[in-house]
Amino acid sequence: MKQGHRKNKKFGMVIDLDKCTGCGACMVACMAENNVSFKKDETDKLLSITWMKVYKLTNGKPFPDMEICYLPRPCMHCEGHNGHSPCVTVCPVVATDYDVDTGIVSQIPTRCFGCRYCMAACPYHARYFNWWDPVWPEGMEKYLSPNVSPRMRGVVEKCTFCFHRYQLALEKVYVRGQRELDEGDYQTACTQACPAGAITFGDLTNKEHAVYKLKEDPHAFRLLERLGTNPKVYYVSSHEWVRRLADNYHPHEETGKVGGHH
Amino acid sequence: MDSALIPKGVKRCPLPQFLGGLAVAGVVLLWGVYAILLIWIKGLHVTGMNDYYGFALWIWADLAVIALGGGAFFTGFLRYIVGKDEIKNIINFAVTIGVICYISALLILAIDVGQPLTRAWHIFWHANVHSMLTEVAFCLSAYLVVLIIEYIPLVLENRQIDKVPFFHHLSHNMHEVMAVFAATGVFLSCFHQGSLGGVAGVMFGRPFAFREHLFIWPWTFFLFTWSAAAYGPCFTIFLAKLTEKITGKRLIKDNVYDLLAKISGWMILTYIIAKIADTWYWAAVTLPSQGHTLMDFYSNNAFYGIWILVAEIGVCGILPALILVTKKGRSSSTLIWTAVILGCIGVCLNRWVMILQTMAVPSIPFDSWQLYMPTWPEVATTILPVAFGVIVVMISYRYLPIFPQEQELNPIEP
Repeated sequence: MKQGHRKNKKFGMVIDLDKCTGCGACMVACMAENNVSFKKDETDKLLSITWMKVYKLTNGKPFPDMEICYLPRPCMHCEGHNGHSPCVTVCPVVATDYDVDTGIVSQIPTRCFGCRYCMAACPYHARYFNWWDPVWPEGMEKYLSPNVSPRMRGVVEKCTFCFHRYQLALEKVYVRGQRELDEGDYQTACTQACPAGAITFGDLTNKEHAVYKLKEDPHAFRLLERLGTNPKVYYVSSHEWVRRLADNYHPHEETGKVGGHH
Repeated sequence: MDSALIPKGVKRCPLPQFLGGLAVAGVVLLWGVYAILLIWIKGLHVTGMNDYYGFALWIWADLAVIALGGGAFFTGFLRYIVGKDEIKNIINFAVTIGVICYISALLILAIDVGQPLTRAWHIFWHANVHSMLTEVAFCLSAYLVVLIIEYIPLVLENRQIDKVPFFHHLSHNMHEVMAVFAATGVFLSCFHQGSLGGVAGVMFGRPFAFREHLFIWPWTFFLFTWSAAAYGPCFTIFLAKLTEKITGKRLIKDNVYDLLAKISGWMILTYIIAKIADTWYWAAVTLPSQGHTLMDFYSNNAFYGIWILVAEIGVCGILPALILVTKKGRSSSTLIWTAVILGCIGVCLNRWVMILQTMAVPSIPFDSWQLYMPTWPEVATTILPVAFGVIVVMISYRYLPIFPQEQELNPIEP
């Protein structure tokens, strides 16, 4: 195998909202894959840990003109300006970091001491605090993934784009004698679980990857682009009202014409 | 029974009455301690916080006590750097209040973080120099040390301790070099007060809190330092006057109050002009560039209306400033009480808004406002510093010469 540095990547997602049915399979897959803990009572959604969360949007019109759209929201893995994600720079203990090799915003639960500044700084509410000790129903702990450490009480956690899968994929390609990953080598659990194929994952800078083209769709957009967070999750919707809900616009402004494209 | 410990030439209430007062404050303190243990043992789920309110009542209380405790560093600045000699008659009390406020602030942080016992040290060991919170942690801790150094000579001046030659000389020598510590305190305070403002101001994902920067510092950095220096003395005056009411004695001469109130008034006036300019720029330039209007943040919810901005800037900013800068305002007992109380409310309101309203505002357009209600353990632990403060002031007042003019103002008839 040739030695040397791998090319820097920017892993990201393109989620086709026209395809998403809101089934929630991505949420379930994410929880199972990443050992996300849960409680007996999950009625208060502001206390539920959902690395991937599906929002239900409506156009606000009464029947029969009412339309619904489901919007899955993982961590946006914001690049900000030169890797200055909203959450990364604020963390006082470097428990979260922007990885320039992959573009993934990491989370190090064993470093985190639970100040929750990152949660306050994240406009997407993609970060979750462990308010309780993680407890699984008896016997279920045997089904936890050995690749992901469960998080303890008092620390923050979030979507990692299944970073452990990236590490496993690197081992796989090393054995194959390759230096670079193929598109299929590294896919997130939510991507694979989506029955509608609404989620596409890959390197946003690699022309060979599907996400490269999909993000160029004229109907592609990102959440809250105007804030300068520079997220790596793109959405596609053919509905103007959906695109308009993704950011703050003055009445005279057109979607897609303003915002911080980086 | 404890007369040997009481400073000479002053009168104090009977010991049982004093102990009774301590017991009342002690009960409240114990209630808070019980809540702390509950939080540490059970976890932060016993609070009303949630994933939208990672910062809540405690962080507000933390910011508020630090701002109110700003009277310590600012009076130190006036006394030792500017050379306002009259301030020496209130500085001991200001330092005592400062010590209480900063111990409270650190205690609150120790309850607030998720892993206080095993990982709180990470902030010093794994420090991220880019984080405003790191700067807060370092400067806050260092400044508390400075405040304790400023408070120690006061303790050493207790009648019995002062009899020991070593402590007498130590106290004397510490007084001699106090200007160095006062200057260090001012330096540290400017940074941690500012960094607390920076905590909110750098959050570019939260348009309600985010402010434009000067170099690496958002405008809130300067506004927080300025407001602490401006409103902190209001709290010192308020508590000194409250102590006078409770003890039924004059403890500080009017000219001292007048000087501090006048300086505080001008500081508030200049601060509020800067705050208005900041608010205008934010509303007219920053927000529109992000697709927002000012009223996005003051409508469509049950609590946060434009009234809160009017209250902070107008009622609790311009009004106390105007009272305190005028001789007539300062000479009226009612008006000075009104001004210092409004001032204290004003700076607390500012900290409330920068923390809790920031959390309440929906950051995603299809999300909604979230209001939050603290639980009793949060309330108990937030009241704890008040009980702690009452106890420290009671003990300090009884046994230490914190009011140098007391003897002169209250001569004991033979």
